[in-house]
Amino acid sequence: MQHNVLNYKNYRYLKIISLMMVVAIVAYLFHQPATGADAYGGSWLGYSLGILSTLVAIVLMAYGARKRIAPMRTERRSISNAPSPGQTVPNRRGRERNWLRHHGATLQGWLSAHTFLGIALIVLATLHAGFQFGWNVHTLAYALMMVAIVSGCYGTYAYLRFPTLMTANMDGRDTFDALMLEIDELDEQASVKSLQFSDEICALVFRARQETLIGGNLFQQLMAYHHKCPTAQAVKQLQALGKNLSYDQLESFDELYMVMAQKKALVRRARLDVMYRARMEFWLYVHVPFSIAFMGALVAHIIAVLYYW
Amino acid sequence: MDEKFKVAIIGAGPAGLSAAAHAAELGISHILLEAAPHPANTVHKYQKGKLVMAEPAVLPLRSSMVFSAGTREDILETWQRDIQRDKVNLHLNARVDEIKGERGNFQIVLASGETITAEFVVLAIGLQGNINKLGVSGEDLPNVQYQLDDPREFIDETIVVVGGGDAGVENALALAKQNRVIILNREEEFSRCKESNLALLQAAIKAHRIEAKISSRVEYVDTETENDFSLRVVAKTPKGVEAINCHRVIARLGASPPRKWLESVGVQFPNSDTASTPVLSEQYESNIPGLYIVGALGGSPLIKQALNHGYEVIEYILGNQVEAADEPLLRQKISSFNTSCSVSEGIDFIRRNAPVLSGLTVLQLRELLLEGSILSVRSEEIIFKYGDYTSSFFSVLEGELAVLVRDKDGSDIYFQVKAGNFFGEMGLISGRRRSATVKTITDCVLVEIPRRSMLKLINSVESVRRRLDEVSMKRIVRNCLISTLPGSDLNYLLQGAAIKRYKAGDVIFSQGDKADGLYLIRRGSIVISRRTGGKEDVLSYVVTGNYFGEMALFSERLRSATARAVSETEIVLLKAQVVVEVVERNKELRDQLVTRYREHVIRDVERGEHQEQLESMFGFLVEQGIGEATDILLIDYSLCIRCNNCETACANTHKGIPLFKREAGITHGQVHLTNACRHCEHPYCMLDCPPDVIHRSVNGEVFIADGCIGCGNCKNNCPYDAIQMEAVDTEFKEPSLWQMLLGDAYQGEKIQAPDNASAKIAIKCDLCMDNVMGPACVRACPTGAAMRISPEALALSMRGS
Repeated sequence: MQHNVLNYKNYRYLKIISLMMVVAIVAYLFHQPATGADAYGGSWLGYSLGILSTLVAIVLMAYGARKRIAPMRTERRSISNAPSPGQTVPNRRGRERNWLRHHGATLQGWLSAHTFLGIALIVLATLHAGFQFGWNVHTLAYALMMVAIVSGCYGTYAYLRFPTLMTANMDGRDTFDALMLEIDELDEQASVKSLQFSDEICALVFRARQETLIGGNLFQQLMAYHHKCPTAQAVKQLQALGKNLSYDQLESFDELYMVMAQKKALVRRARLDVMYRARMEFWLYVHVPFSIAFMGALVAHIIAVLYYW
Repeated sequence: MDEKFKVAIIGAGPAGLSAAAHAAELGISHILLEAAPHPANTVHKYQKGKLVMAEPAVLPLRSSMVFSAGTREDILETWQRDIQRDKVNLHLNARVDEIKGERGNFQIVLASGETITAEFVVLAIGLQGNINKLGVSGEDLPNVQYQLDDPREFIDETIVVVGGGDAGVENALALAKQNRVIILNREEEFSRCKESNLALLQAAIKAHRIEAKISSRVEYVDTETENDFSLRVVAKTPKGVEAINCHRVIARLGASPPRKWLESVGVQFPNSDTASTPVLSEQYESNIPGLYIVGALGGSPLIKQALNHGYEVIEYILGNQVEAADEPLLRQKISSFNTSCSVSEGIDFIRRNAPVLSGLTVLQLRELLLEGSILSVRSEEIIFKYGDYTSSFFSVLEGELAVLVRDKDGSDIYFQVKAGNFFGEMGLISGRRRSATVKTITDCVLVEIPRRSMLKLINSVESVRRRLDEVSMKRIVRNCLISTLPGSDLNYLLQGAAIKRYKAGDVIFSQGDKADGLYLIRRGSIVISRRTGGKEDVLSYVVTGNYFGEMALFSERLRSATARAVSETEIVLLKAQVVVEVVERNKELRDQLVTRYREHVIRDVERGEHQEQLESMFGFLVEQGIGEATDILLIDYSLCIRCNNCETACANTHKGIPLFKREAGITHGQVHLTNACRHCEHPYCMLDCPPDVIHRSVNGEVFIADGCIGCGNCKNNCPYDAIQMEAVDTEFKEPSLWQMLLGDAYQGEKIQAPDNASAKIAIKCDLCMDNVMGPACVRACPTGAAMRISPEALALSMRGS
């Protein structure tokens, strides 16, 4: 229904940035010498690409600030602004508001540009380096930058892929809490139903209630995998235990089994929900620190270059 | 008693108490006679804890009795104190049987046989002494009662409440908390009660907390002993004669002037209408010289007015010329167009030049003018613009104005409005943006009546409603159908036309019905849907200012789809036969209808799989009541990364409190409808705001201005859970980037109460109306999932155009 970050405004930023990259590549190819010791940043092209890359990096970092602080242009409202009878209130906004809305006042526009500029920076910085790397502060900046960009690419993938899966996984429920409440209810039912059976069965159900973990450590969150999950084990073992029951116990045992099976399915849903959330979030813990580290290294790189000029 | 009093005041209600207190203050010999065992009997009989309002707010109080809005208990206590302080000569349990004599020498005969003589008599007995009873056999059985003191007194009973006015509805609502309640209303609708009560009642009926029987009359009441019931109510309902077993009957059928008794005293009435009030002079004197009538019996049902009248009548008796309390306010308003005329001349001028208001009594007109205003506007000035979100009503007293209606092709069509006419009723009725620009041609004098007062007037005065409908029907045809239709055709088209009203969910016509005419929408919105193979597809969504039902009109077949109202809807129905005749004569109209018809046929044929999905989504949203919304916050869950940035941005721009919860709301497919305010066409929150601080701005945002008293009415009236009552941090500052990075900002939960907390007030989404860049939630969404959109725009995007 809505446009996503990539096809925002009919690929506006992809178009702009593609053009930028084509110009940079063509300039690089025509610049002599294309290879050799003078090919990197020291030439006029190198300096131009360097300045351009720095500007791009600043815009990229500005996204982080813009995401946290929304620009405001307010007009104070006083009590008298309540339209009192007889007073025709002038239209206080209008064209100005529309102009701003249509010219990238939304964070989505920023993110779209952020995504494409990030990808463009791979090309710009590599050309700026003239494909020459070494064990120095310059390549350190490059490496940090690449980590930030690659993690960003993963983030873009995650943002496009997981929201739909997440909604489908919730299957019409509105909140995670609603899901947890359902699990809680099933637990309660299972406890009551288990009382009429052997201690072994009661213990299984009890352990499934007490020890089933949703969330857990980073690995468990990211993979939605829990080794020897008590609920899954209970379902498995109940199946085996059911065979030893007398005929008249079977009907109520089936009920218990159904409840536990339902719970297992819901626990799976809850873990998947946590997983999608985690997969959409964890990369930021790489992306943001590395971006900041990159900015630090970039400053060091620029000072070094200017100092040894 | 041998003493001869200067004034005898009969009835110790607000008017009588105020008169007696003023007489006592001035040291005039007086006596106040009250039939009941305590003063202010009517207020005394109010439901316990009832909040009594001091309307109209702008009217100053002029009485030695203190009065401001408060609970029944507070008010009674205050008055009791005032009576003692002023040493009012109050006689309780003194019922008056007869009044004889003339000015200067009245004899008042009490039920006890005692006679009191006085020079003047002030009759302030109100109406509640003459409560209307059921008027059928069994009306006086035990447990058939005509008042309710404390609804908590009854538990687990079956109670039949008779009467669809405010008293009946309020009683039913209060009792329904712990009893089974059946409410019986004679009329087809609960049109006599306040809109806020109506909304609560409808919600209670929908939730099966109250059973309602409309168009029902009680035939008789009988005793009943089966199943520990005590009464049997036999009523004629639309389903036939029904017997209802119950424990209790509470009948709230209003009260009327004790006419027979008054006529026996010699007081004259203007007509035979049972509700009419006695003929009075401007100084409240009846046709009997020296006998004055004030308060509800004199035609002013509000407490504050009654208190003022009580004060004034004493002054009049003393021969002093006091102005009515509202006089200075009115004079100021009237002087804005003519400094030399008096208030009564001004009122007269309005009556003559505003035929739509001529059916009002002088008192009603004065009250209306207190709330409205008189505007003097120079020539060539704009009153309102096409697309503005204002909703007041204007009547032209002097001058000429031009109405520029935007035609379907975008050009403006020009009409004239002259003195004696009115405009602005379309925005008032529809609750939508103005459909035309109005500007003055010559210098003009206009009466502007705010939305709230005008709606009250339309609901209570039949003549106003009739006149408004007559004129507006023509304008609707021009607005919805064709603006260039010649007058003769227009009049012909309206032959047999009717205004029909529907509630949300009502079927307007069904698939397979015979076509009865063309439908023009003047308020609300409808959906057209078709049932195929067991499922219902929404074909289109039609809003105010458009028409529907033309397809079957031309193909002369049966209706191919069902039309259903999605919000409270009003329709002008043009008769099929007449429409066909006019269409044959008028080529332009024919072309327009035929083009529209063909578009529909083509769209019908081309519907694809994708279209059906969108239709199902839209159908769901309509079920959620977006039909009455103007701007909804939708989240596309296929893009939403659940970062809650929208909520955070909302909190940061609204004093630290998010005005919606991203997670709360309802999801259908990948669309999530949040609980953020929808800025309804006819906002429920505005229905009953005592300080009247909820407004709609020109741009359409419904907002709560300063001055909220924290009563919570708006929160209770909002069916969409969009209003919260919160203590607001008055010193709140938006967190800086630095604070955000360090995590020292709103994190989805409020950790502690704010330092500079105000009292709890109502807060709601205002669409960030102070921010020129639009709503913060939408701007803060990194993936473009959050959108603020009107249902129409959504329907359009659904159609893929």
